[in-house]
Amino acid sequence: MKFIDEYRDSEVIRSLLSQISEEAVREAGYRLMEFCGGHTHAFYRYGLLPLLPEQVTMVHGPGCPVCVLPVSRIDAAVALAAREELIFCSYGDMLRVPGSDGKSLLKAKAEGADVRMIYSPLDAVKLAEKNPDQQVVFFAVGFETTAPATALALQTALDQKIPNFTVFCNHVLTPPAMRAILDDGGGSEERASIDGILGPGHVSAIIGCSAYRFVAEENRIPLVISGFEPVDLLESILMLVRQINEGKAEIENCYSRVVKREGNRQAIALMDEVFELRGSFEWRGFGMLSDSAQKLSGKFADYDAELRFDVSYGEVHDHRACRCAEVLRGQLEPEACSVFASVCTPENPLGACMVSSEGACAAAYQYGRHTRGDQ
Amino acid sequence: MCLAIPARVTAVSGDMATVELGGVEREVSLALVEAAVGDYVIVHVGIAISRLDEDEAARTLALFAELNNPSETSS
Amino acid sequence: MSRKLDLEQGFVDLSFGAGGIASAQLTREIFAPEFSNPTLDRMEDGAVIDMPKGRLVVSTDSHVISPIFFPGGDIGSLAIHGSVNDVAMMGAKPLHMSAGFIIEEGVPFSTLKRIAVSMGAAAREAGVSIVAADTKVVKKGEADQLYITSTCFGVVSDDVSVGADRAEQGDRVIISGSIGDHGAAVMASREELSLTSNLRSDSQSLHDLVSAMLASGIDIHVMRDPTRGGLATSLNEIAVTSGVGIEIDERAIPVREGVRAVSELLGLDPLYFACEGRLAVMCAGDDAETLLAIMRAHPKGGDAAIIGEVTASPEIPLILRSTFGGSRVVSLLTGDQMPRIC
Repeated sequence: MKFIDEYRDSEVIRSLLSQISEEAVREAGYRLMEFCGGHTHAFYRYGLLPLLPEQVTMVHGPGCPVCVLPVSRIDAAVALAAREELIFCSYGDMLRVPGSDGKSLLKAKAEGADVRMIYSPLDAVKLAEKNPDQQVVFFAVGFETTAPATALALQTALDQKIPNFTVFCNHVLTPPAMRAILDDGGGSEERASIDGILGPGHVSAIIGCSAYRFVAEENRIPLVISGFEPVDLLESILMLVRQINEGKAEIENCYSRVVKREGNRQAIALMDEVFELRGSFEWRGFGMLSDSAQKLSGKFADYDAELRFDVSYGEVHDHRACRCAEVLRGQLEPEACSVFASVCTPENPLGACMVSSEGACAAAYQYGRHTRGDQ
Repeated sequence: MCLAIPARVTAVSGDMATVELGGVEREVSLALVEAAVGDYVIVHVGIAISRLDEDEAARTLALFAELNNPSETSS
Repeated sequence: MSRKLDLEQGFVDLSFGAGGIASAQLTREIFAPEFSNPTLDRMEDGAVIDMPKGRLVVSTDSHVISPIFFPGGDIGSLAIHGSVNDVAMMGAKPLHMSAGFIIEEGVPFSTLKRIAVSMGAAAREAGVSIVAADTKVVKKGEADQLYITSTCFGVVSDDVSVGADRAEQGDRVIISGSIGDHGAAVMASREELSLTSNLRSDSQSLHDLVSAMLASGIDIHVMRDPTRGGLATSLNEIAVTSGVGIEIDERAIPVREGVRAVSELLGLDPLYFACEGRLAVMCAGDDAETLLAIMRAHPKGGDAAIIGEVTASPEIPLILRSTFGGSRVVSLLTGDQMPRIC
């Protein structure tokens, strides 16, 4: 497959690995954070982590929109889905995420809720058109890569005057989460010490490169925007190692075939019209972060599920034994969590990190080396 | 984040395009990306989020190829 | 005595439900003519069969697939192929089958007829007679159109001993063809994904391929058709049962381009997609090339490939080696694969 296979070329991969080994010689080592859950998944899927030299450690970041959604909002989604006469549309990723008492959308569906898996928010709008007597709610989750599609769906609903379509909006933003990781570790005293960041490739395709300027200028840390194939990941690591060796802190774009400097202007403009910033939003692992999430703008108030259905949120905490918060802040390796692979498994997940396909714990469990049954 | 794949545009009709990958086709929205038949677009949840710059791709692939030669000098 | 069924316009209603004359009519007019064989045609309560020499092998399966018609097959042919293959995987020759049908009221007779025709053809190709059949009708909503329970009876000769506990260190793993075709085809045909493709299920009976493999005289240790959960699940199960580890090579596993494409688009893994016309086989390393050649020479094994080997490391049942020397664990999945966006 063109533009995919070339970036999985084993010769190039092996060359890059030996180049990294050659140049990653700093005694202090290199702690690099891959911010994006898609990158975490890719590292595990291609078995790259054991191939990296010892000096290079990848720290898993919080860029998993499923993982950072707090339990209270999952509960709200499940409650919405359970309402009669309502069709609840969701991406596959969210279906198994447990809310309070382990209640997930899939379990709600088993109990009779009309929960439909969809591939695109545009399909949810079509569903609303085809079922004018029912309310159709779309469960919008995701960072800036995914928000434009929600925005398009809302624009379509507005233009075509589809009255029975609403969006339960949970879109979150990348730069505030990055700041939280780098500045105060999301409220705790420690902060995960990071020497460089692998920037999210597809988020950057939308928001462009300058959104990360604060990382270089304020935190003095290099950031390289990376694609998702093994060659992309390794080349980006090499670029970070080089910057760190040279004492540089710059934003570099290693995904230039997809990411333009200015991002996707049309997408940004559309999002500006459809969304507005929430003053603050709760993130699993970080607590309340200000200006970190989107809600629907006034122009789209009629399409806001939170308004139409008077959604309320409980005071809900993570499961007592769950340490997703620390994993998300890069302060705990999945394997170091006491319940990893024993009590908390994909069959019985205590938190989102184990159930989301790009959660660090799920990736470590599915693909990483471990002894089955015991740790 | 996030699962997005390069697929080739085989037909355009207004704001929608037919894209193809390995013989599998889907309709995706071109509302946010300019693209013509034959271009490759990055597809995520049913919309194109970027047009793949084939010149850039060729340039970076050539750089990687240099890695296999001792004459590789720049990053 | 009731009128003959209107096979073109009519549909099943609850009067065919609880047994008795109406329900027997469904069997007699729709299914039996397509399955016709001397035993079934007697229409007795039970089929009387001569005991074959050797050991009896029985396998049963229930089929609830939706949609009931998919590219490359239907729930009926799937039932025949599935049960025939389960028996064949034990090194047995499939001989007879029974089929039970649970039908939702409202299903058109023409749909049932189409399924019956398909099953009859599949049975004849597999060399099995369907000697017993039963139908029941349930209320709307109590079944998703049609459920089929199929049982296959075969015979295995005394000198054949194929079993999931027989994998040993040094064995090679061979797959009879491309993986994931069925699962990917069914996934791609799901309406809510709006994909267009030429993907077709690989659903077919493997009795003749197995027969050719056995005729070689090679000591076949394990055979498994990787259905639900795909190759990853089957190999995991065999590894655990035999107390061994298995390593497979990504480069060697045949995957059709369209299957790869669907997998990339939806974030899924071909290793977990069901195959309905493939078998994985393990034999001693020394026999592998010979067995491979025999499989490749058979029309149902043309794309066969050696994909890995059995190690003595049972801590991790299944490991996949990637093209560039990386490796990862391939574990069992919790539920079915779900398309993802992240």
